[in-house]
Amino acid sequence: MSASNTAEQEVTEQDPSTRAPLTKKEISADHPTWCPGCGDFSILALYFRLIQQRGLHHEKITTVAGIGCSSRFPYFVQANGVHFIHGRALPFATGVSLSRPDLHTFVFGGDGDAFSIGGNHLNHTARKNVNLTYVIMDNFVYGLTKKQTSPTSPLGFRSKTDIGGSKDKPINPMKQLVAAGATFVARSTATNPKHLLAMMDRAMDHDGFSVIECLSECVEFYPGAFDKSNPRKGGEFLEVPEDHDVTDEIEAFKLANTPFPGYFGVFYDVNEPTKNANEQSLIDAAREKTGDLQDWQILQQTFDRMK
Amino acid sequence: MSDSISTAPKAGGQTNNSNISEAVIRIAGNSQDGIQSIGGFLARLAGRSEQEVMTFMTIPSTISGGPSIFQVRIGTGEVLSAGDDADVLLAFYQHSYEGHIASLKHQGIVLYDSDHVTPKEEWQQEYHHVGIPISNLTIEAIGGTARDKGKNIFALGLICRIFNLGEEKLKGLITEKFKGKNPKITETALNAFNAGHQYEVGDLIQTFAFTESTKRQSTQVVMNGNEALAYGLIAAGVRFGAGYPITPWSDIMELLRRELPKYGGSFIQCEDEIASISMALGASYAGRVAITGSSGPGISLKTEALGWGIMAEVPLVVVDVQRGGPSTGMPTNVEQSDLNIACFGSHGDAPRVVLAPANVEDAFYTAMEAVQIAKDYSTPVVILTDQAIATRIEAFEEPNLKEICRDIAPDLSPIEDHKPYDLSKENGINPHVAPGTPIKSGKYPVITGLEHDELGHPTGSPKLHKEMTGKRRRKLQALAETIEQPKVYGSEKGDILLVGWGSTQGPIREAVDRVKKEGENWASLHIRHINPLPNGLENIFAKYKHVFVVEINDEGLYGYGQLAGLLRARYCDPKIKGINKTDGLTYKIKEIIQRVRESIA
Repeated sequence: MSASNTAEQEVTEQDPSTRAPLTKKEISADHPTWCPGCGDFSILALYFRLIQQRGLHHEKITTVAGIGCSSRFPYFVQANGVHFIHGRALPFATGVSLSRPDLHTFVFGGDGDAFSIGGNHLNHTARKNVNLTYVIMDNFVYGLTKKQTSPTSPLGFRSKTDIGGSKDKPINPMKQLVAAGATFVARSTATNPKHLLAMMDRAMDHDGFSVIECLSECVEFYPGAFDKSNPRKGGEFLEVPEDHDVTDEIEAFKLANTPFPGYFGVFYDVNEPTKNANEQSLIDAAREKTGDLQDWQILQQTFDRMK
Repeated sequence: MSDSISTAPKAGGQTNNSNISEAVIRIAGNSQDGIQSIGGFLARLAGRSEQEVMTFMTIPSTISGGPSIFQVRIGTGEVLSAGDDADVLLAFYQHSYEGHIASLKHQGIVLYDSDHVTPKEEWQQEYHHVGIPISNLTIEAIGGTARDKGKNIFALGLICRIFNLGEEKLKGLITEKFKGKNPKITETALNAFNAGHQYEVGDLIQTFAFTESTKRQSTQVVMNGNEALAYGLIAAGVRFGAGYPITPWSDIMELLRRELPKYGGSFIQCEDEIASISMALGASYAGRVAITGSSGPGISLKTEALGWGIMAEVPLVVVDVQRGGPSTGMPTNVEQSDLNIACFGSHGDAPRVVLAPANVEDAFYTAMEAVQIAKDYSTPVVILTDQAIATRIEAFEEPNLKEICRDIAPDLSPIEDHKPYDLSKENGINPHVAPGTPIKSGKYPVITGLEHDELGHPTGSPKLHKEMTGKRRRKLQALAETIEQPKVYGSEKGDILLVGWGSTQGPIREAVDRVKKEGENWASLHIRHINPLPNGLENIFAKYKHVFVVEINDEGLYGYGQLAGLLRARYCDPKIKGINKTDGLTYKIKEIIQRVRESIA
């Protein structure tokens, strides 16, 4: 893969260990356009914290998003950003991840992107086990378009498209992700920064497709949606029990079946071959036969067989 | 055409070689009979011949199990189209015989498998019938009970004998084809070939030999249009692709999936068409021009993301192997009805580059050109090929790969500053800078589909939307300045100019040649750059009284096909008229001539 062509250019870069971590000022770009009090601010702040504590540098960070309030994310990060079309951030980020293993690929987006318009991409990125980290900023509502029902809106939720209350059964993100074959599945909330940062940190270390569903309140169109999970609002923040076996699908499903607010933490975490590694092994096997031939010589061999 | 064949052959005469310049052979059977592989062998023989002997085209096959045909035109000198009527029909079954006899010219030869075909009395006068018990002779030759196996190779031997083709070369090709398999298979195949070759056709019909021609200077390679296009992409430096299976595009993705790992690249089969273009855009953004492609409905699905590529100014190549439409349409037939979606399929003002190869060889070079334009202008490029180019096999001069192969790996050396949407350049062109490139100013770009400022941050500014829309347009106008004007084929000026694009180039040129023999001076102009068009076409049009745009698509609500509509919009020239058809078949030469004559009558 293009790793071969990036390798030489690595030399021109400074050794990361000698570069100071980015300051918050260096990593901040536009002032976020979110409403005051939006949960997304917290997720952005923790992303900055993650970048700083992991010593990542501008050029190595690629932040990809689809469409939605949360998907404005890349504009607020001073690094390579991509604001793609609605629902398709995952296949785009897959293209980045597979062709540039030297980059850290993060995807941020909302519940509409993840579970509705981009629902099938979520399934297939999970089963391919593409090496990237995806944070689903789940607010249970369409906020950018001003309060329509979302795929995670609970039954009975009153929106502009369900004035009598939502009738469609909401998606259970944890079950969906585990069923689709995601290899790291975690749940967190924007109101517990310490927990969310720990989840992001573990997700980043995971070799494969790591997903965090992060509850992020929409103060404008679904205020109080997550109070039950917030001790400061009289709710309860229940962490995944310490004895939970993260490699057991059935146990993950059982945890995921707990009614809202449910559990927070890592539901599922297994090591399986990544798409990146699988593709690389195809390349390695093919390159073994081509040896030191230059690209034009490989093509010449093929053309010689077509004479 | 082969005048010498159409003189009625003498039945029962002795072997009597007569020199011909070309012949059209149609082989009709079922797809499991291996009819396509007869064509494959003949095409490769053409590529290997020392004489300037043959070029080939095929007519589409249908899916497995159904009737299948393969048409080969063997010629000395330049062969441009699949030919009109066949000189020889080889029919394996009754349905092949009855279904295709009309494709034979008057007094053409029908060779039929007398084990399966009962010839009809009423056709005996019109066509020269030769019955050969192909099935039984094949079984006799190779033994066993596999009734359908080997008939194709027997037929190949028969054709080799009739047309005096290079017997040893064909045997060599057969041996190569089965190399590495059980030696018994090669032996069986050669037995079938010999049986066909030794069959005493001389008693029945004349044996033909192609006229000698000058020795070919260059080496030829033989492949179909999809292969040429895919190898062109590889030669251009493409190392990543993504796609979803659909006919007739699938061959390209299968080939790239197999070949790209050799070059350190990957081709990913995606969950759908939208994921495919998205993934290709992601890989392109990441540094190297990547490709996706499709046919028919798949192209419709890709248009939103294509619009993003145009807005975000990200390089990309999208291959559209056109087929009959709309909707599922006619998946294995040819049509040129995607020009409009290729040029205009998007919401918003979304100018994009559209190229159309004229033949198999051109598919290779068009692919290379598309990648280079995508990279240089940082924009999506659509390659509009079609089912006829995709599936036909041609021999063409081997490219100098050492000279033309390119490396388009991204340059990740540090830069001072970068504005992905820099408005200061008159021509609007900003090369894409790949992530991983350190930018010393510390200002990193966002690549976006929202209207944006020069760094890619969102804007609602009326001024910026106007300026950015202009920028996206101007870079294509700058490209138009660099496009060479196509050359007129035939008469420099006169009454009739035929304008074509894509796979119609061959029959259009042959139409010009044929009327010339009849004393009329026509001309043709083939357009490879569909969007933007080359500048100055109006000067060419001005030299002719009539301009007919020959296309395989509908005449539309206002009487013009899709390229004709574009040319009329561009040049406001009322003499531009359309010759259109929607039967899912390639043009015959006589069809073009007849339609033009009707139009001017």
